[in-house]
Amino acid sequence: MIWNTILLALREIRRNVLRSFLTVLGIVIGVAAVIIMVTLGGGVTVKVGDQISSLGSNLLIITPGKRMGPGQVSGAGPFKIDDATTIAREIPGLAAVAPMSSRAMTVVFGNQNWSTMVSGITDEYFTARNWAVQAGRQFNASELRSGAAVCIIGATVQTKLFGNQTAVGQRIRLQKIACEVIGVMDAKGQSTMGTDQDDLVLMPLRTFQRRIAGNTDVNMIQVSAQKGVSTEKVQRDIERLLHELRHIPANSENDFNVMDMKEITKMLTNTTKVLTGLLGAVAAVSLLVGGIGIMNIMLVSVTERTREIGIRMAIGAMEREVLLQFLVEAIVLSSFGGLIGIVLALGGSFAIASALSVPFIFNAQIVLIAFLFSAAVGVIFGYFPARKAARLDPIEALRHE
Amino acid sequence: MNARQAPLDTPLIELINVTKSYGSGSASMQALRGVNLTIHAGEFVAIMGASGSGKSTVMNLIGCLDTPTTGSYRFKGIAVEQLDRNQRAQLRRYELGFVFQGFNLLSRTSALENVELPLIYRGLPNAERRQLALNALVTVGLQGWANHTPSELSGGQQQRVAIARAIVTQPAVLLADEPTGNLDSARSIEVMEMITRFNQELGITVVMVTHEPDMAAFASRVVHFHDGLVASDVQKPGASS
Repeated sequence: MIWNTILLALREIRRNVLRSFLTVLGIVIGVAAVIIMVTLGGGVTVKVGDQISSLGSNLLIITPGKRMGPGQVSGAGPFKIDDATTIAREIPGLAAVAPMSSRAMTVVFGNQNWSTMVSGITDEYFTARNWAVQAGRQFNASELRSGAAVCIIGATVQTKLFGNQTAVGQRIRLQKIACEVIGVMDAKGQSTMGTDQDDLVLMPLRTFQRRIAGNTDVNMIQVSAQKGVSTEKVQRDIERLLHELRHIPANSENDFNVMDMKEITKMLTNTTKVLTGLLGAVAAVSLLVGGIGIMNIMLVSVTERTREIGIRMAIGAMEREVLLQFLVEAIVLSSFGGLIGIVLALGGSFAIASALSVPFIFNAQIVLIAFLFSAAVGVIFGYFPARKAARLDPIEALRHE
Repeated sequence: MNARQAPLDTPLIELINVTKSYGSGSASMQALRGVNLTIHAGEFVAIMGASGSGKSTVMNLIGCLDTPTTGSYRFKGIAVEQLDRNQRAQLRRYELGFVFQGFNLLSRTSALENVELPLIYRGLPNAERRQLALNALVTVGLQGWANHTPSELSGGQQQRVAIARAIVTQPAVLLADEPTGNLDSARSIEVMEMITRFNQELGITVVMVTHEPDMAAFASRVVHFHDGLVASDVQKPGASS
């Protein structure tokens, strides 16, 4: 009997192809929206994770000052180079300890000028950030020791100042000092936070301290742990060590901050996951609306087909057969809609993912859930119209114009 | 459902003191006021009467679409008034075939699929269903029209599809409600000859409502209704009961 009913329902849908399609459009859009949102959200989450780990694996960033609240940092004395060497000496399991000091400045080449971030670094920087030069070379030991006027520029600075010309060997001007470009960094692109990672000029820390800052301060120490070493433990060790070095009373808060990039990764991926869920939920509402659309059309259809229902009953259709026919029609319609939606969503999210250069990650689970949900929508919103049809009085139904 | 195993002498259709009223209280209207009518297997009965005489009500009762208010309707000895909706639907499915004045075919559905409809409810397998439906269409002279939808067929052809749909299950009774009401006289005679043929050749009992004496003339027995009662019941000479 089920098979016969499905046959009847399919014949009914075929009888009204255009209307059937319009009926399920809501479901198609709803299913497609849910799948696209969740698939893209998954892709973004993965991309965020990848980008952060590209900053350097097992990276910890130490900055002076304690967190007061969102974005606020209280004044506290900067670090010195000695702090970095002490950390490197005292704490086991570190791959690199890279002190640095930065300042926003305008760099000039010929008639071009560009405002960028100038940082003084040591050669540990390249290890800690897992980053290398793409053209030219890194600083050599004597340049680092003597504070020579040499610099390495990021890809953005190369484009802004030199266009397609070769930068290596040229001299750029930073305030009063002229600085020879000895290398160009590999392009890293935008960071997760939206800042351009290639917009920078690097020079030996000593050069920066003597000729630009005029002090011996270190604004930031980047530490990378060796593979397999727990960053949580390293973080605790550094906190304890700096607590001592900076003579902080036992019961007061630290005036420095050790950030584990892993924590930031976790925080950011959690944020994108929550956003994905939220977008998916909004899209799910459109599925609900699609279901109501199906119910609406099915109700109209019952009224319109009253006479037909009368004929079926006169021929010998039982109440539950009429009910089942309309229910199956609704379920078949909504599942068809679900299938079309899935196909559209996979194509659509693939296209959007490549347009936004986000990885396309096929999520079988959400596809299955969306499909089952669309079928469930058919059951739930098809039942009321189907029951209405099944309870018609055959004589009245036959008399219906 | 043991309808087919009823004793041989049991009448096919038996209305005993049947009344039917619609509405309630002072607004109630009595459509039938104590009807007694017995129809035996193989008969061709025409039911006539003015509008409001109760002939349509009697057809609905015989067709198991409705139940009497009081009295009893026995079909092959089964008290129909004691059956529920679904049991009456089963009775219609296995014992009755309907032909209506307005044809009542499913629109945008081919003649073949229309004829297949009652067989689908009977749960026949695909191939057998198709063959039976095609045969029925041949019987009513519509070979070659199987894939046409009702809107592509003339009134006479549509009614013949409807007849094919009614007899494809080989029912015990063919119920025809003004089957020629929407047809011109030439088509009417064609349809009546066809119904007569099924009555005589296949032994299908026919109960037909009509207000045209010309059409009633095809029947072997004419029952007149007046004001909710049987006014006359005339057996045609020469016809056996």
